[in-house]
Amino acid sequence: MNKPLRKLLVILVLVVLAGIVAMPKEIPLKFNVGSIHVDRTVTRPDLNITFAGKEIKKSFDLVLGLDLAGGSHLEFEADTSGISDDKKATAIQGVRNVMEQRVNLYGVSEPNIQTSSFEGKDYIIVELPGIKDTKEAVNLIGQTAQLVFAEVGSEEEPGIKNTDLTGADVKSADVTFDSTNGKPAVSIEFTDDGAKKFEDITGRNIGKPLPILLDGYPVSSPQVGGKISGGKAQITGNFTLDEAKQLAIQISAGALPVPVKLVQERTVGATLGSESVQKSVRAGFVGLAMVLLFMILVYGRLGIVSAVALVVFGILTLALYKLIPVVLTLPGIAGFLLSVGMAVDSNILIFERFKEERIKRNTRDALEVAFGRAWDSIRDANVATLLTAFVLANPLDLSFLNSSGPIRGFAITLALGIVISLFTGIVVSRNLLRVFIK
Amino acid sequence: MDWMSYRKIYFSISGIIIMLGLISIALWGFNIGIDFKGGTIAEYKFENPISTEDTTQKLKDKDITVASIQETGDKSYIFKLEALDTEGKNRLEEVVKGIDDKAEELRFESVGPSIGPELVKKTVYALLISAGGILLWIAYQFKSLRFGTSAVLAMLHDTLVVLGAFSIFGHFFGAEIDFLFASALLTVLSFSVHDTIIVYDRIRETMRKEGGSIYDLANKATTETLTRSFNNSITIVFMLLALVLLGGSSIKWFAMALMIGTISGTYSSPFVAVPLLVVWENIHNKFKKK
Repeated sequence: MNKPLRKLLVILVLVVLAGIVAMPKEIPLKFNVGSIHVDRTVTRPDLNITFAGKEIKKSFDLVLGLDLAGGSHLEFEADTSGISDDKKATAIQGVRNVMEQRVNLYGVSEPNIQTSSFEGKDYIIVELPGIKDTKEAVNLIGQTAQLVFAEVGSEEEPGIKNTDLTGADVKSADVTFDSTNGKPAVSIEFTDDGAKKFEDITGRNIGKPLPILLDGYPVSSPQVGGKISGGKAQITGNFTLDEAKQLAIQISAGALPVPVKLVQERTVGATLGSESVQKSVRAGFVGLAMVLLFMILVYGRLGIVSAVALVVFGILTLALYKLIPVVLTLPGIAGFLLSVGMAVDSNILIFERFKEERIKRNTRDALEVAFGRAWDSIRDANVATLLTAFVLANPLDLSFLNSSGPIRGFAITLALGIVISLFTGIVVSRNLLRVFIK
Repeated sequence: MDWMSYRKIYFSISGIIIMLGLISIALWGFNIGIDFKGGTIAEYKFENPISTEDTTQKLKDKDITVASIQETGDKSYIFKLEALDTEGKNRLEEVVKGIDDKAEELRFESVGPSIGPELVKKTVYALLISAGGILLWIAYQFKSLRFGTSAVLAMLHDTLVVLGAFSIFGHFFGAEIDFLFASALLTVLSFSVHDTIIVYDRIRETMRKEGGSIYDLANKATTETLTRSFNNSITIVFMLLALVLLGGSSIKWFAMALMIGTISGTYSSPFVAVPLLVVWENIHNKFKKK
């Protein structure tokens, strides 16, 4: 067996494997051939093996970004004006952690929380897939949630006086229901320290109200019946169940070290997202068909080879998106389609060169020379595009460059497309031509 | 074929197109999107058609500044408003729910006014780094600053064409300059150079083998690469055209910017970047004679 044929076989195996990864979860098969009726569903096998006691599990589903699957992108600016420079980084990290904890307690699957800074301003970016009610999410995440127990002053010193008992002394908080009227309330359990403080405070305020302030506003003002030891308390108020849940989450996760302000919000509903997916897929198929048709019309037999290479390109790319995985966004799909258009470029370069060289030498030699000569320009030209894709994707997270999801998605799919197209354009079509063009 | 003898015609064509764009920019400027200037885009789907005038009035009553309300088909409407914070969004939702209790929020994007200037800066940095990197790469590969500078000038040409086109589209069809557009522009830069390098590579190859004046080399290289440039450009345009026509509203202009850039980039390689080399050579020769 000669070498190109062997290489083609290796490629074929690769393509079949990639094809399994690339195929949708289920394909319904329904057709009739003569008297044979087929009506069944082909299901894609997912990776689920146990190897040396380790379980390897991977489902080959496309990861869709917020703009396709629906979800919310929130950007908060942290107000660090009251903090010295050396403590800033810690404070921002603290904000991030508290936000993350709040989001997790709230129960969002696969949230993404990151910080970024630009020219002295600090941001916390929160991405919540599949969240519809952003208002609730913003309230939950963005509130400082500084909880303070206060005392009502005496007659000589009227007004409300904060005590040293704060949210930091709370061990846990949970939703409960008030035993007297059945309304939602928040039960809190103090740390040992907090329990002692609470005992003192209740001890010296018997018969007086004990206002509980959240970010300076009173949420509840229970009357102290007697000294309470044991470190348990309940906040009652006019809460709805959701409000009580939010408050409980905010108290358990702790207060944000610095106040934050929502400066950017992008929410896409799932309806619009799936519509975008459908439209792009249709556009992709139409475009692809036109490219294939064009190549075959212009280059004939050679065109068929590049059409095969292009299909291989599509399968490999999809499989890689799933394996890496690449978070697919709408601009990301555009980047993919663009790279399909560019993937035939190396073929066109080689074919044109081949036409010239064939006049001077025999077909086989002309083919090899064409590949060799075309490679220089293919390499130089693609480096320039990769350079731009690199700047757009900003993989090093340089703070003076963009790091937004959609654009990054575009750059990554474009860059991947270029690299894979080099493989299919050079290796795949070269070996196909060696075997089939004589 | 003696392509280079028509170089004045090429420069005139480019000059006219760029002039038209610049005039449009001077007259009408750009239709800047919310990414850069801040604001809100909210899209809702209602059960019945709504009156945009009434809605505008109702929003004004709630102290919300309305830029426009457009129907996007099938009882969906895009509201373009000032930047709204959480409290502002509450007021907006009150109005929307007041019109139709079952209105569905398709998307909501609000960008605070402080974000825009930052994005502009980041985009300019990205542009400078890309262009600088490409200039260096070409200068290194072709061992000549002349090649590098000409390629970057062709890149500038394509940038101006796309910018001008979007000023015109912005005025007549409402195309916006947003962050997607900025990314498309960056991609166009690399396209432009991609094509230029293919032609330059031909010049380099023939120069090594046969030598000759830049003028003859340029003619030969242009002849040899024209078919491939055209064919390649066509395949990319096919894909982008499909996206423009079928890809949905949020990505239409993005694909459009890429498409204009691709066409301009294909044109500018043999008809701007290469003739510039010839011009440069002529100037150089004149000085040598003196």
